[in-house]
Amino acid sequence: MRDVAIVSVAQSQHRRAAAELNEVEMIQPVIRAALDQVGATISDIDFTCSGSSDYLAGQAFSFVMTLDAVGAWPPIVESHVEMDGAWALYEAWLKIQTGAADTAFVYSYSKASPGDLPRVMSRMLDPYYAGPLWPDSVAYAGLQARAMLDAGVTTEQRMAEVAHRNREAARNNPNAQVVGSASVEDLLAAPMFSDPLRVHDCPPISDGGVAVVLAAGDRARDWAERPAWIRGIDHRIDSHQVGARDLTTAPSVAIAAQRAGVDGAFDVAEVHAPFTHQEQLVLDGLGLGDDVVVNPSGGALAANPMMAAGLIRLGEVATRIMDGSVGRGVAHATAGQLLQQNLVCVLEGGD
Amino acid sequence: MGVTVTVDDSTGGEGLLRAPLVIEYPFNRTTGPVVGAFVSALRDRRVLGIRAADGRVVCPPVEYDPQTGAPLEEMVEVAATGTVTTWSWVPEAREGQPLQTPHALALVQLDGADTSVLHVVDAPGPEALSTGARVRIRWAAEPTGAITDIECFELDGGAS
Repeated sequence: MRDVAIVSVAQSQHRRAAAELNEVEMIQPVIRAALDQVGATISDIDFTCSGSSDYLAGQAFSFVMTLDAVGAWPPIVESHVEMDGAWALYEAWLKIQTGAADTAFVYSYSKASPGDLPRVMSRMLDPYYAGPLWPDSVAYAGLQARAMLDAGVTTEQRMAEVAHRNREAARNNPNAQVVGSASVEDLLAAPMFSDPLRVHDCPPISDGGVAVVLAAGDRARDWAERPAWIRGIDHRIDSHQVGARDLTTAPSVAIAAQRAGVDGAFDVAEVHAPFTHQEQLVLDGLGLGDDVVVNPSGGALAANPMMAAGLIRLGEVATRIMDGSVGRGVAHATAGQLLQQNLVCVLEGGD
Repeated sequence: MGVTVTVDDSTGGEGLLRAPLVIEYPFNRTTGPVVGAFVSALRDRRVLGIRAADGRVVCPPVEYDPQTGAPLEEMVEVAATGTVTTWSWVPEAREGQPLQTPHALALVQLDGADTSVLHVVDAPGPEALSTGARVRIRWAAEPTGAITDIECFELDGGAS
């Protein structure tokens, strides 16, 4: 395996509606910042891969427009996934592993604000059994929360504690959208929003994006004083048929974690759990000890730009390794709904 | 290193020109032998599952075994009554949902099946419903061969 590292991360200040910007205008400064930090231009990049969704953009092949923000002349080698950017990073990492590239640029973004996100999300589901029912994403997540509550896997108290801890942590995150939280007691006193979920159990709707530079070996050492080396990365998926899954576990998290080499001590974990009840499923799947700091950024409960919130988790861990504040971390990204698909990445400082 | 990029938010969206954009994609999908059998049976007000390699009945049916990936063939009829295995409350119905009144989204394990089907339950309020509740299918007046031939589930015993 080639040693590949994250050497630069930039993200937008996430917010409910970037109404005055189109996608290109929103992501271009982020792309520029990520390249500027390593003194690179797009001509120094061997492979570019992005993650975005036409359903959110309301336009076919919408990612082609966004290439304007990268600059695609002279021609660049480029790819795209209709997935969270964490999977675009996985593709870029593979490309570097093949030897076809030494450097890669990965970015992802979305504006959810122009549409009705909970309704748009229903288009992710299978078109025969679930799609025609137009289940909104909040009620859909509630099925998993209820299953966990009924099984005693979580409690409303624990869910409120997750909301409180993440949003309080977000006070230290300049990119966060939802910052600070009422007390757990006050959260639990609030009425149900979509029973069994209260508003605090749900992620915000966000517009935003993230960009990451990857490099192999000595190129990474040239570009960063402390590269965040990718020591393991893997992704797995559970059944698309929700009624055939045990919603109180996330087997694909555990398999991805095992194959990514999640073992031993970690300083930090950034997990992509949009709804409060999901954090516990991810942590259980990762099998981390209690001494690991979880989501110092505030996670997806503090800002949840679709297609970007997973790659941001990798970026948050990498940023902390690059600035020397942690030595080893694990990042998790999810795709689909109810933690259907999961990616796990182990990042480490050192040589 | 990580940086934050701040964009000028001074306009706050005020004074921006906006126009509605509605996108629809009309599709006629080919259903194949398994999904096709399921939706065709719904048109006759019958519900079919499929027997997996381990003997369990998967409903709605899948084309390949969830564990082994082997093609599945043996369709099994299940009942129009079942048990709510989990649910959530939809206080405000959205366009396209089977019920346009407040209702529950639910997974229902039909009698004779070992997995659950996603659908909605007509109930007067969240307090009227609980996991384990018995429900039965309310059929659409004019079935067309789609999952929406099940108009919704209603509480068995007539609470709704």
